[in-house]
Amino acid sequence: MQLAVWTYEGPPHIGAMRVADSMVGLHYVLHAPQGDTYADLLFTMIQRSGRRPPVTYSTFQARDLGGDTAELFMAAARDAYERFRPQALLVGASCTAELIQDDPGGLARTLGLPIPVVAVELPAYQKKENWGAAETFYQVVRAFAGALPPPGTRRERRAVPRCNILGPTSLGFRNRDDLREVRHLLDLLGIEVNLVAPLGASPADLARIGDADFNVVLYPEIANPVAAWLKRAFGQEATRTVPIGVGATRDFIREVAALAGVDPGPALRAEDTRLPWYSRSVDSTYLTGKRVFVFGDATHAVAAARVASKELGFRVVGIGTYSRELAREVRDCAARHGVESLIADDYLEVEARIAELQPELVLGTQMERHVAKRLGIPCAVISAPVHVQDFPARTSPQMGFEGANVLFDTWVHPLMMGLEEHLLAMFRDDFEFHDGAAPSHLGHAAKAAPMAEAVAPAPVAAAAPAAAVWAPEAEAELRKIPFFVRGKARRNTERFALERGIATITVETLYDAKAHFAR
Amino acid sequence: MNSIAPRPSAGGCSDAPVLLERGQREVFCGLTGIVWLHRKIQDAFFLVVGSRTCAHLLQSAAGVMIFAEPRFATAILEERDLAGLLDANAELDRVAARLLERRPDIRLLFLVGSCPSEVIKLDLKRAAERLDARFRPAVRVLNYSGSGIETTFTQGEDACLAALVPEMARSDESQLLVVGALAEVVEDQFRRIFAELGIGPVRFLPPRRAAELPPVGAGTRMLLAQPFLADTARALEARGALHLPAPFPLGAEGTTLWLRAAAEAWGVEEARFDAVTAAPAARARAAVERVRASLAGRSVFFFPDSQLEIPIARFLARECGMRPIEVGTPYLHRAHLAPELELLPAGPTLSEGQHVERQLDRCRAARPDLVVCGLGLANPLEAEGVTTKWSIELVFSPIQGYDQAADLAGLFARPLARRAALEV
Repeated sequence: MQLAVWTYEGPPHIGAMRVADSMVGLHYVLHAPQGDTYADLLFTMIQRSGRRPPVTYSTFQARDLGGDTAELFMAAARDAYERFRPQALLVGASCTAELIQDDPGGLARTLGLPIPVVAVELPAYQKKENWGAAETFYQVVRAFAGALPPPGTRRERRAVPRCNILGPTSLGFRNRDDLREVRHLLDLLGIEVNLVAPLGASPADLARIGDADFNVVLYPEIANPVAAWLKRAFGQEATRTVPIGVGATRDFIREVAALAGVDPGPALRAEDTRLPWYSRSVDSTYLTGKRVFVFGDATHAVAAARVASKELGFRVVGIGTYSRELAREVRDCAARHGVESLIADDYLEVEARIAELQPELVLGTQMERHVAKRLGIPCAVISAPVHVQDFPARTSPQMGFEGANVLFDTWVHPLMMGLEEHLLAMFRDDFEFHDGAAPSHLGHAAKAAPMAEAVAPAPVAAAAPAAAVWAPEAEAELRKIPFFVRGKARRNTERFALERGIATITVETLYDAKAHFAR
Repeated sequence: MNSIAPRPSAGGCSDAPVLLERGQREVFCGLTGIVWLHRKIQDAFFLVVGSRTCAHLLQSAAGVMIFAEPRFATAILEERDLAGLLDANAELDRVAARLLERRPDIRLLFLVGSCPSEVIKLDLKRAAERLDARFRPAVRVLNYSGSGIETTFTQGEDACLAALVPEMARSDESQLLVVGALAEVVEDQFRRIFAELGIGPVRFLPPRRAAELPPVGAGTRMLLAQPFLADTARALEARGALHLPAPFPLGAEGTTLWLRAAAEAWGVEEARFDAVTAAPAARARAAVERVRASLAGRSVFFFPDSQLEIPIARFLARECGMRPIEVGTPYLHRAHLAPELELLPAGPTLSEGQHVERQLDRCRAARPDLVVCGLGLANPLEAEGVTTKWSIELVFSPIQGYDQAADLAGLFARPLARRAALEV
């Protein structure tokens, strides 16, 4: 049993729903009790979808158990076919239906419907949403990919190279806008897009998937299994670079150009991003060495660590992911930054790590946004799970050169502007520079700050029962340190005192500790 | 799979046939009640024993409310629990202990059953007894089921309150018990009115804190503040409480009749009742009147959601001049709704249960001016050009009592006003 306050991913059938909702002409019949229809609101409310997701639920109740749940499922499948006339049916079970073992795939096939039926088995007690989406996408592609070339067939190079874009889905983090950016890059390279899947593809479209020369894997969490199979089945190579950040976008252009046999020059020269200059401009000096903690799905976390350290000059003090399937990539990345990785889907563990590290900026998910708010630490959201705010009205990609511009703005925005930070440090007694004073451009965000000090040390104090006592003068001196670094100062000083067996922290101890931890 | 069952009785919709529907239901399960119950009982914690789906539902339904650490969580069943590799009871004890250690402020822990825990027949009653013995008196541990195979949306609150009933002390003292979670501002208004009427002591279930659980016994007379409390009312009656039948306190009229049921039971003189209620009732009517213009004559169609549909349709029809076309409810409790059905003007189709596709067909054919429906349907209907009011707001807003009557009307007027205002 796992205690979960919030979860980073839904159950695997939600992943299947995301694939079904992404596609055209595919209808998902889900064996599920009443109540599981809550999932519809993810699409209609979070993504503001103007149509219901193409899902029919069998809706069994307690009185149906041991009776005719199988019949309910078959009736739901028949009705769904009659009403929606899809090209194909996807069938499966949610967590409760998995326990009653009705075999939706077998039942659907006995109906003799005139359309293909794809059954997906998604073990709800082992796997999660992204795995479910990846597995569903894989099963659907395998079912509709069309005739495979005989083994050993060599791919002919075309006059105009062509690729598939794999991975964008409904409810994907900024997938809508990323797709547009990636299409733009491919355009600059003179590469045609054969097919985008699952977003916008129909089962019939998937029959053309083998016509591409190679695949662009836009989101490995969902597209990796498909890309691996397409390589085996059609000899299509796949990209490995996800173009998030300036450096990764340049790498992506080179990688794609090599796969397509085209000149990367025009696309590289068309680089249209302000990030490199903004990062070099002197006002950005204050970003140097800012301690950031990164957490998200593996793709976005690894990309964020690179942008944070190489393109904004931050220091990555921690990195983690909830994507167990891609944990290795995150561990490797952590090793490159010389920090410990955190592979966890327990929000409380992530919260404890943030409280312990006291970073100056958190790049995380909506969960970390809440943790950071409580701890009074600035935060920017870099990854799913998605929130209604992750579907902005404006175009706001993470990928490509425009994506890099967006990253610069959204990550720097939560921070105190350089000179303001200095003034705060110098004039502690200014009545407007009280503890609650947040960056002046962030308005009411200030409210959370005073709470932060009260909350932040708590887990630390609990963990270190022998903590030293603060002398009143030292406590007063500590209050002269700006609140946004005070938690770290308090923690460092207490650790310093503990390590040296100092019982009472004086002003001297405070400055000794400051000198000791000076970077 | 539907049938029309004629029923005998008096006026309004009392005799109206009910369309019984069976099919896909676009409603939440009973776990969703935790979203407001955990705020209502301030030292209670709700531990759902379920799957990742349950945890995902709670955070999706409560998504707009993540402003503090919630007093609910899910003990997610994993493969090892199901395969019997781990003793599910030992695991549950471990999780509960970790939770209580983290939250020493908790006085009442509910183990909440879910679809998976019901299907694998995990005995949460025994688990609660075992944990209760271990943690009392600091923490009481109770259980109920909010599973989707047994409960629909607000029935979760019913199951939760019913689980509290055996814990209530026995007292045959005369008291008025108001049953059903209400916003605190509404509770306080009712407290003042009952005090002016000389009715008391007045106690509320659920209480704001676990230690304030009211007693119950032969002297207890109860008013239901919510229409979805069938099991709770039955459990209280079994402990000697007398149910005072009344319409629900929605709108000026509903509130007056609801208060009157208590006043009659306490033998409050008519003059005194009028003296106390006349002014707030008039204020409520005047406030509703200002909203009425934008609602009168408009048609409204209810998809089933919270069981509040019939009382609200009665309010919209009688006090706001709206014309209900269909009033869908997940479950129609004939006895508790009898005073409402008498008041609801004849005309609308009453439907119980749901076949969402057929209901959407009826809705599109009827072309109502306003549709009251859940979050899964609202935006798709708006995209078709239909004006909607999302029903979950009716459960999360203070709508009962005189001083909320106009707010309640306003919830329905706003979507219409908005549609009229927009020129894009």
